[in-house]
Amino acid sequence: MIAFLIKRLMHAILVMFVISVLAFAIQDNLGDPVQQMVGQSVPESEREAIRERLGLNDPFLVQYVRFAKNAVQGDFGDSYFYREPALEVIARHLPATLELVFAATLIIVLLSVPIGVYSAIKPRSPVSRFFMGASIIGISIPVFLTAIVLIQIFSIGITVSLFPESTAWGAWLNGLLSTEGNMPSFGRGYDLVHVVGHWDTNLATWNGLQHLVLPAVSLASIMLPLFIRLIRAEMMEVLQSEYVKYARAKGISMRRVYFVHALKNTMLPVITVGGVQIGTMVAYTILTETVFQWPGMGLMFLDAINRADIPLIVTYLMIVGVIFVVTNTIVDLIYGFVNPTVKLTGKPA
Amino acid sequence: MTTSTSTPAPSRWERLRDSFLWYSFKRDRTAQLCLAVFICLVVTAFSAPLLAPTDPYDLAQIDILASELPPFWIDGADPMYTLGTDAQGRDLLSIILYGTRVSLLIGFGAVALQALLGVTFGLMAGYLGGRVDAFLMRLADIQLSFSTLMVAIVVGAVVKATLGSAFYSQYAVLMLILIIGLAEWPQYARTVRASVLAEKNKEYVDAARVMGLRSKRIMFRHVLPNTLSPIFVISTVQIANAIISEAALSFLGLGMPETHPSLGSLIKAGFDYIQSGSWWITLIPGAVLVVLVLSINLLGDWLRDVMNPRLYKG
Amino acid sequence: MALLEVSQLDVRFALRQGEVRALRDVNFTLERGERLGIVGESGAGKSVAAFSLLNLIAKPGFIAGGSITFEGKELNSMSERGLRKVRGNRISMIFQDPMMTLNPVLSIGEQMVECLKAHRRISTKEARAIALDKLRQVQIPSPEKRLDQYPHELSGGMRQRIIIAIALLLDPDIIIADEPTTALDVTIQAEIMALLLELCEQHNVGLILITHDLGVVSQVTQRMLVMYAGRVIEQGPTREIINDPQHPYTQGLINALPQMATPGEKLNQIRGSMPSLSNLPSGCAFHPRCDFINRADGLPRPACTQQVPDFVESGNCRVACHMVAEMLEDRRLKEESL
Repeated sequence: MIAFLIKRLMHAILVMFVISVLAFAIQDNLGDPVQQMVGQSVPESEREAIRERLGLNDPFLVQYVRFAKNAVQGDFGDSYFYREPALEVIARHLPATLELVFAATLIIVLLSVPIGVYSAIKPRSPVSRFFMGASIIGISIPVFLTAIVLIQIFSIGITVSLFPESTAWGAWLNGLLSTEGNMPSFGRGYDLVHVVGHWDTNLATWNGLQHLVLPAVSLASIMLPLFIRLIRAEMMEVLQSEYVKYARAKGISMRRVYFVHALKNTMLPVITVGGVQIGTMVAYTILTETVFQWPGMGLMFLDAINRADIPLIVTYLMIVGVIFVVTNTIVDLIYGFVNPTVKLTGKPA
Repeated sequence: MTTSTSTPAPSRWERLRDSFLWYSFKRDRTAQLCLAVFICLVVTAFSAPLLAPTDPYDLAQIDILASELPPFWIDGADPMYTLGTDAQGRDLLSIILYGTRVSLLIGFGAVALQALLGVTFGLMAGYLGGRVDAFLMRLADIQLSFSTLMVAIVVGAVVKATLGSAFYSQYAVLMLILIIGLAEWPQYARTVRASVLAEKNKEYVDAARVMGLRSKRIMFRHVLPNTLSPIFVISTVQIANAIISEAALSFLGLGMPETHPSLGSLIKAGFDYIQSGSWWITLIPGAVLVVLVLSINLLGDWLRDVMNPRLYKG
Repeated sequence: MALLEVSQLDVRFALRQGEVRALRDVNFTLERGERLGIVGESGAGKSVAAFSLLNLIAKPGFIAGGSITFEGKELNSMSERGLRKVRGNRISMIFQDPMMTLNPVLSIGEQMVECLKAHRRISTKEARAIALDKLRQVQIPSPEKRLDQYPHELSGGMRQRIIIAIALLLDPDIIIADEPTTALDVTIQAEIMALLLELCEQHNVGLILITHDLGVVSQVTQRMLVMYAGRVIEQGPTREIINDPQHPYTQGLINALPQMATPGEKLNQIRGSMPSLSNLPSGCAFHPRCDFINRADGLPRPACTQQVPDFVESGNCRVACHMVAEMLEDRRLKEESL
């Protein structure tokens, strides 16, 4: 077990190293940092002096070693734009993203398991067919489009006038299908509750939760259909297996067969896939935060790219790399814990 | 199928065509509908210069006063602009046609590149094994764990900054093909490698080796044709993914510029005007995107069901 | 009345190409403590017969006719709830491959305790005690450890012993064993079979043993059925059938045993193979492979190719064969004329 964790730690360090080297190698091409810092009006000679002072004219290796030495001590450099330590900037933006991801994951887990299991047990029922149809439509709509549509429906409101207004039933149907909007769709709102350090939460107030709803649903909208389909497919295969037949032959109730015998075997590959999807989740966060102007890490990263804020970009990529390795490790641990046929001796699940 | 490849072993292709695949297709209404919709979109998009009422790239034809006009079924519409106009006065129908063409171009191009890279690497990894395999798969794993969208965003940002905004915009189509192609090759590589590993142990490979054929020849002429089936299946999904990836990149400003937009850039441009009530600027291109991707996904699903012998319906 | 009575069982499969009759007119009874063997080639319908007893046939299979009566109650028309009370409790099953039948993610103890708790109101502690007792009966070393182990940690022989233990957990009246030793190493097949036999005798449990192994059948069972293409073609006391098989197919099976071959010569075999159920030959399903479709005088027997043979009683056995019917008829006529 310890060996396994150490191996993972080495992996994390390797990832960070590779990313930092890559990011460093391209920094010259991402724009002139000095220009970013002091603007265009400063004469060239002064800018050259600043460059010399910052050590930007030193050979690549020297610069990198300097960076690495600082990094090991926790100093990842200062963001050009924010003029404060890059880690600070990220720490400030991290809670917003984490809450968003947490809310979306909650939605996904709470919905995909019951729907997936139900569609596997009764694949031909109208409810199942509806969800399967909705799933494939869901996968075909990119996350930012779902967000925009949600904004239109719930935030701006739509007035339906398909049916004749003059008739009572027409007016009623129109009223039923129209919405007023009014759900917040910009930022985190004003009603955040401070918890600790940089962490202000949306989860504590009604207004905060309202601001969280649309972004979280948008983020969940791509992964949800994926998991529903996955759980359904796995469950259907498990239900064909010999041990399920045998459990029935023993006289075990169907409820226990589904939820104890079948579900556990179904969730194993789902856990593995879930872990892999974390990476995709991070990318989708960038898209969602852009649409809702949600002040999290994704929006910060996009802005950093547009501003050529190298230290921030590099630090972000390294933090994301670490998040991947940590999440994958946790997923592997959970998998090893749940699946008795796997021994965690550093062997991948 | 519209996605054909140039090196099929003739007997296998003909056998497929004569038997189950075609038979299933003839019986499946959904598959027929999807193929029809898809072909329709492709044809109209690529005939944009012929079909579009106006040329949205010709600045002389754009009337800024005609901006933000709604589509024909809403009050206030101008019959000249069937689907309305965007914020700059460009006819939405025309620019959607051209935009779809761009999206499709990038989609197909990126998949072609991915397939080329992925199949080659997959063959090498699977057939040659050893260090080559370990290295390629490690690379693929790292890339996959970052998710292709993330890789595309980062590579896109780097390329844009390295080559400059102007250069990037001018060659945006090629850039995007390159970026998305590079980001997604692991999918093909893994699939092909798995197939190759399965085929490697079959006797015809031993026979070829005994005859003294070189590795490369065995790989491409003997093993590859037998791994085509899964390649076809994932190709449909990959085209859909490539189109969505391009749309996502454009939406973030890292893709097609607004002067030469794809469906994604149109959605982005229109989003700013949704609050003022001009929903059509963003939602109509969005609807076209969804229909396009949905038809490809449904076809992909159908194809996977048909080609997968383990699944039986009924 | 017998403990278990099966009469005119008819099981079909609704396939895309039409309905296939997997079982046709199967009749047999089982008394308490009696051991019955069901023998035949793969695809003859043995497993279908076994599964249909507890109505466990997967769609698209269904019981089209006949009746299965257990202690006077009809099983084939019973509700799922009623059937669940019988399964594992009064009638248990042993499947072929213990690796596939034990759930890999649940411990042995869990799978045994759940069986007990599904049928009796007892605490987990009590259930574990009973489970331990049964594990000892199947002679598993260090049974306490096994309860918390997982299937993949045990050998094939141990797994099958556990399956036998599970089958005995609720002291059933009948055990249906579907090829219980086929998936095991040859070296332990005999051990497991001996264990099963001993336990059945000890607890007076009835056994329906499904197998293609005539040797095992002759050692373990008291009566047997021989199945071919979904029908029973010969049934009766095991001793009699083994010593004096009357149906040509049964004769062929016995002759094919290595013990019946002459050293240095090829083994005897029945030419051809069993037809697929959707494509049965006309008349007697065995006729294309039968050496006796002609009469003693050389002339053909039309009934063999035209008519499905009915059962005739011959001594203690019932045989479905035109040749046997003809022989019996001839004998009867001769006796009458005396």
